[in-house]
Amino acid sequence: MSVLVYTESEQGKFKKTAFEVASYAKAVADQMGTTVTAITINAGDTSELGNYGVDKVLNVSNSDLDKFSANAYASAISQAAKQEDAKVVIVSSSADSKYLAPIVAIGLEAGYASNVVEAPSSTSPFTVKRTAFTNKAFNMTTIDTESKVVGVSQNSFGLVESNGSASSEDFSPSIPSIGVTVQSVDKATDKVSIADAEIVVSAGRGMKGPENWGMIEELADVLGAATACSKPVSDLGWRPHSEHVGQTGKPVASNLYIAIGISGAIQHLAGINSCKVKVVINTDPEAPFFKAADYGVVGDAFEVVPALIEKLKAFKAQNA
Amino acid sequence: MKILVCISHVPDTTSKINFTDGDTKFDTNGVQFVINPNDEFGLTRAMWFKEKQGAQVTVVNVGGPETEPTLRKALAIGADAAIRVNTEAKDGFQVAKELANVVNDGGFDLVIAGRESIDYNGAMVPGMLASLTNANFVTNCISLDVDGTNATAIREIDGGKETVATSLPLVIGGQKGLVEESDLRIPNMRGIMMARKKPLSVVEPTNASAETNSVKFVKPAPKGAVTLVDADNIDELINLLHNEAKAI
Repeated sequence: MSVLVYTESEQGKFKKTAFEVASYAKAVADQMGTTVTAITINAGDTSELGNYGVDKVLNVSNSDLDKFSANAYASAISQAAKQEDAKVVIVSSSADSKYLAPIVAIGLEAGYASNVVEAPSSTSPFTVKRTAFTNKAFNMTTIDTESKVVGVSQNSFGLVESNGSASSEDFSPSIPSIGVTVQSVDKATDKVSIADAEIVVSAGRGMKGPENWGMIEELADVLGAATACSKPVSDLGWRPHSEHVGQTGKPVASNLYIAIGISGAIQHLAGINSCKVKVVINTDPEAPFFKAADYGVVGDAFEVVPALIEKLKAFKAQNA
Repeated sequence: MKILVCISHVPDTTSKINFTDGDTKFDTNGVQFVINPNDEFGLTRAMWFKEKQGAQVTVVNVGGPETEPTLRKALAIGADAAIRVNTEAKDGFQVAKELANVVNDGGFDLVIAGRESIDYNGAMVPGMLASLTNANFVTNCISLDVDGTNATAIREIDGGKETVATSLPLVIGGQKGLVEESDLRIPNMRGIMMARKKPLSVVEPTNASAETNSVKFVKPAPKGAVTLVDADNIDELINLLHNEAKAI
């Protein structure tokens, strides 16, 4: 009857979101008076999960699962849920977890709520708060089936440490035929992704041209941040589509979002609503972004950004 | 190849989001509805398959009669036929069940949906539909080619992309990148005239029921005013971000 959580890893290391969903699962388990079981796929050392409330880990080690397969991973998770008689399955909002969650839901005949931002307000009926209308509103939703799948929005619940320890056992689910085969992966290993970043530095048309992005990248480097951009910038081909943030691009839920030369169209603001702290740098004090931001600098990016880089370097050197 | 493009009827991206009936219903007053942007990229890619590979393209929506103008727009863009499943679905699962019924009845090889709708953002219908119809499934899809029954797709992943090989029957969760923004088509007068004569069939729903239920909507708390920092005083910005916001 435990709560099952899928804790994602990459090259044998847990992603930060794994600890967040584990923390969330612990909160649900406490409400329901039960324990937390995690399922990991080709993860290395799983003892860390105990720090976030996991009581037991089911370790899947299978070289057939070295490459991600939504179908096969979903099947493993469903089999684990059945073995553990878990009625609640928790997953993250990573690209992979959002890919597999609907498949798990059908496999378990479970209702699925995605983009959930808080622990359930009630477990009977099971009621969660999720974002809707691309972060312009929240929706209270009940999951009415016996089995339930909850997708937790990134960086919404946070990490909650608890001083437990997790036992660990091997788990060998049967692997279905894989109908979608990964042929190649193209991923910059030296860069933080927008999804995993604590800080995102984003720039817009105010940068006047792609040749001026050097300072944006330098600022991101100093902060260990990911770079992003507004829709016009990606439409103009100044930056790749994968950096486009907003309603039709990527949602961002980082701790800090720095917007440079972005006016703040409603569609852009929707995509970054979940960021905790927002900073805007813009020459136009009337730019709508100033209404959405926590901190603002009215000024020319070409002067403010180099100054910010210099000051941050000094700050980092001092606080290193 | 028979392609089904799933069309969500959603508020335009600039819409003000308000609620009525004790915050239980979306307030459609003064709201313009459009084809869900993620679906529109898929529809445009389907037009390419129609023009280059002779595919037949049907569009489908699960919804009430008020969604028909959105389906007509898809016909004006170039789809051959439209289907409306006449029900107000309560959740993504119910939509997926109705769509599965349409897919099985129509014998579609390729279903192109958007990765998510911009209203409820559930991101669940394409995956559920694939599972319910035993089709292969690729979501966050930014490139799709089909050769016979084989397909190659590119999927956006966190921090990069991934090329996958798969085969029909296939369900796609599409997004920008399937075609470029500049490839999107605005219906012309001829398209609009022809769309009036194209078949739009209304089918009655199955007895599928929802698994989740929307209880109410909540608007985000109003945000406090911005703290302005002088452009000549960047030290103060760093101080605020470090000591007050604890963000660096």
